Amino acid sequence: MQISNYKVTAGPEGFIAPSAADMGVILPNKGQALVEGSITSENEGMDKAIEKLISAKNPVFFPGPLVLWNWKDGVEEKAKAVIELSKTIGAKIIPMPDYRPKYPMINPEVEINPNHPNLTIWHNKIDVCVFVGVHCHYANVALKIIRGGTDCYTISLCADAGHEDSMVSIRDINTEKINTLTEIARQMKARGK
Amino acid sequence: MSVRNITPVKEFEDILPKEYKDLVNKGPFNNKKSVDDLGTFKEIIEEHPHCAGCGVSLGIRLALASLPSPEDSLVVGTPGCSFFALSQSAVNYSNTAFGNQNAVATGLKRMLQIRYPDKHKDVIVMVGDGGIADIGLDLTLHSWFRKEKITTIMLDNEVYGNTGGQESGMSMKGRVLNMAPTGKKFDKIPVFDMAEVSGCVYGARVTVANPKKVGQVVRNAILIAREIGPTYVQIFTPCPTNMKFPPDQTIKIAKEAQKDQYSYKEFMTDEVAEYLKNI
Ligand SMILES: Cc1ncc(C[n+]2csc(CCOP(=O)(O)OP(=O)(O)O)c2C)c(N)n1
Ligand SMILES: [Mg+2]
Repeated sequence: MQISNYKVTAGPEGFIAPSAADMGVILPNKGQALVEGSITSENEGMDKAIEKLISAKNPVFFPGPLVLWNWKDGVEEKAKAVIELSKTIGAKIIPMPDYRPKYPMINPEVEINPNHPNLTIWHNKIDVCVFVGVHCHYANVALKIIRGGTDCYTISLCADAGHEDSMVSIRDINTEKINTLTEIARQMKARGK
Repeated sequence: MSVRNITPVKEFEDILPKEYKDLVNKGPFNNKKSVDDLGTFKEIIEEHPHCAGCGVSLGIRLALASLPSPEDSLVVGTPGCSFFALSQSAVNYSNTAFGNQNAVATGLKRMLQIRYPDKHKDVIVMVGDGGIADIGLDLTLHSWFRKEKITTIMLDNEVYGNTGGQESGMSMKGRVLNMAPTGKKFDKIPVFDMAEVSGCVYGARVTVANPKKVGQVVRNAILIAREIGPTYVQIFTPCPTNMKFPPDQTIKIAKEAQKDQYSYKEFMTDEVAEYLKNI
């Protein structure tokens, strides 16, 4: 089902970017993905994510607390898969270890803060970024701020139902799906795309 | 909620900002620390935006350094100056609508007891005098009547600091404040005595001028709340900005109060006295 033609494209969308959900964008069902506000198959979504990442000038992964800290069994494997994927793409990693506001200011060269994600994006001139292991309610806020103030293309690898406010969103992400993304990246690179 | 939450995935250890590496390696999570160790370890709260000489931030610093198990602690706050330091601390923290802290803490404590029946999860309320004595008084007292096993800590600066100096129930009689120009007309609300008659099994009244004592009573209060019932600690945390004294006089003002409205007081039930003998 598609109830809107609203395009979730890279910003800057303005100081208070409308939330994509407000504009009629709905979340994908299992097996589906979101690409720029439209529902696609998961494969299509994965292809689009990798295409954007390998053609980016400065792609960066933002692993959140759910993959940075070894809080439950299985996280270690997922973290390894994320590192493998970022290496295959040649992307940098900037962590988001927690969500505390920082005083006097975070250092955008070494960490991203969901309260001021655009700082990181601007200082590092990041053109494509990936959210992974970030709690949904913080990802929602940070993705809106990034889209509001910057021209960064955002990709969310979400362990739950996905994010309307990222340009590409893959849902139900797990170690296996991250490995699939790595495989797609290898193949695309081999084809010289 | 466990020490695993502060254990990095090995592969990501290197990319963690220095602050987090320090929390893991030199923080109070893996090696237990106390007020006596201040200055020798990476604290749960360091940088914060409070005013110079802020008693509230010092009270928070001392209380957080005294948590018996920071990795298994949940701090509950409410609007007020304390929010600034608490929201930046490396401990589980939940803010609430003003005055709702003890009701929210009750829910969280009960939920944690169901989720982790074999572990102690400490729920600690840390809020201002306005939050407890005025706007949250009913919910605070009711949590004590119900004997909820939570620790309530009042950071008493005797004023609504955050909103620019209105009188609170805990302000001293006669006190002139920015927004109480003719002086307060009634006495400090006796919250400390009310805690005892309302069901708290342990209470202590201290000031930031006595860090060791603060550390000791906060720790006791949390340990007692695990086993026996609600506990209350009232800390005098003078506010240079609203009381208009120089920021280097905070400790002096607190010391003076120890001879007056903040003389050391402690109460405990027989059961608690027995319990304290064995820890
Ligand atoms: C329901 C509600 N009423 C009023 C306020 C405004 N307000 C925010 S902080 C505050 C005073 C806090 O005083 P206190 O609890 O003593 O904390 P302090 O700032 O002195 O540390 C007030 C009235 C609010 N946030 N919510
Ligand atoms: Mg106050």
